[in-house]
Amino acid sequence: MERLECSRIAKRYGRGAYALRDISLSIPASGIFALIGRNGAGKTTLVRILATQLSATSGSAHIDGIDVLRQAQKLRERIASVPQEARAVGWLTARQSMVSYLLWRGFGYSEAVEKASRAAKQLGIVGSMDLPNRMLSGGNKRKVLVASAVASGARILFLDEPTTGLDPISRKELWDILMSLKGKHFIFLTTHYLEEAEYLADKIGILDGGRLKAIGTMAELRKMVKRHYIIRTLSDGAVARPVSGTLTRGADGHYQISTTESEAYRISKKLIKRGIKFSMNPLTLDDIFYYIVKKPIDADDYGKEESR
Amino acid sequence: MLMIMEKRNRGSQILASILVNAIYAMVNYPIVLISTLLAPFSLLIVITFVSHGALLPIAIGGALIMTIIGAGTSLQQDLSHLKNDFKLQDMIVSSPTTARMYLAGMAASEIIYSLPALLVLAALAGLYISAPAIAFLEIVAVLAVMFVFSVSLGFLLSTFTSDVVQSWAFAGIVSTVLSALPPVYYPISYIPQPLQYLAYLSPATYAAEILQNAIGAVTFSSYSIAVDWLVIVAIAAVMAFLAIRKSKWRED
Repeated sequence: MERLECSRIAKRYGRGAYALRDISLSIPASGIFALIGRNGAGKTTLVRILATQLSATSGSAHIDGIDVLRQAQKLRERIASVPQEARAVGWLTARQSMVSYLLWRGFGYSEAVEKASRAAKQLGIVGSMDLPNRMLSGGNKRKVLVASAVASGARILFLDEPTTGLDPISRKELWDILMSLKGKHFIFLTTHYLEEAEYLADKIGILDGGRLKAIGTMAELRKMVKRHYIIRTLSDGAVARPVSGTLTRGADGHYQISTTESEAYRISKKLIKRGIKFSMNPLTLDDIFYYIVKKPIDADDYGKEESR
Repeated sequence: MLMIMEKRNRGSQILASILVNAIYAMVNYPIVLISTLLAPFSLLIVITFVSHGALLPIAIGGALIMTIIGAGTSLQQDLSHLKNDFKLQDMIVSSPTTARMYLAGMAASEIIYSLPALLVLAALAGLYISAPAIAFLEIVAVLAVMFVFSVSLGFLLSTFTSDVVQSWAFAGIVSTVLSALPPVYYPISYIPQPLQYLAYLSPATYAAEILQNAIGAVTFSSYSIAVDWLVIVAIAAVMAFLAIRKSKWRED
């Protein structure tokens, strides 16, 4: 029963354009699921629908067998959400924020204090607990909110872009925390940091223009792309031109060849023979993402395809 | 498997709102306490001086009504702030707290917030209003009804705001209709005749008439007072119903 299932979820704000269209998925409600997509792809809309904050225009969704749209109050017993632009309330201390959130969830005062302290320890913010939230670093402010959700004991955590705006070290710290939580919780997170999804997620969904373009593990997503290897070199196109695959040139002068394993092997041998420096890597989630949404984010760098 | 609490402590849910919106704000920023204490006295002082003290009892009653109505206006702004600037309401929607419990807690927090001013006004009422005990009971009843009306209105409006600017706009309109228009600090006879009809658009006018009649400052017929009660109870009931049923707890 521990599954997240959506059937043809659609969302239209008023009479405007559809933010989501025909979202159907069925995944185990365990581990970490990352929903990636560009700004405006519909990530927040979907997460808000699943976290019972927003109505869907049509379709249905179930989590652990509970109807998200019709049994919201029942579902709310087992979910917690940290919205995208949530901020710890400025006039409270971290402890006061966490304790009050737990009181709202219906815990007694002493139990709330104890749970807040335990979660603070787990998330490494014990030293910040009695400081006003407004004095905390951006990373610790996010940790206060995540700690509140964790302390609630909710099995399912919805984290909407939990690391946006954090410096690389704070982001990595939060990643480690999320990794440590995934045994006990099902974490549904959205992000536009592709390396974050690749590092954390057991399954990844790619949302674009309100449609779910792909869903699967990294291995499953890789299979959707024919050319699994990327070669980067400063050689001119003539040397590295692939028989099959693409060759693009970026503003920095590098050539990027996207090709199959055997073709990558042939080209690399040719480059070695000529003493030309190059790097060769398997596809990252970035590459898969660009392939699936058909619109490179860094279009200026590798925008023009020279051959196919 | 993590434990799922089947029974939630409703007292805790109300306490959370009181702590966040009143106690912690006052403890962490004591200046808030001074501000909330002074708020109802500005007009009371002006009216008292201008009338050479003659309108002091009515002005005390008016300040009581305006403090209670102010609780609703503040509630609207506080909830909009927590909802739109901190996204706190989204976190609470995705929790076992219901809209009803959140409203009850936040309403209670506004009473706690207004308590210093209410206590001072109650002391002034004891000193300067000479009326039978039953009149004071009537005053408490009318304040209670107006409180239900104002916090329900504040909660309802807050759930429709998506930006703090909208919240300011709502507060401006509500303040004008509920505080500038009605004659709460003076008798309605002070308003020129045609404009008196305009004053009756505000529920605060009916509350003021009941209060002014109760303390013996202005005499209204029993029929008028019965109509006044009917109007404020009906408006408060409708507003409470709308707040509970029509508020956008889960957004459309």
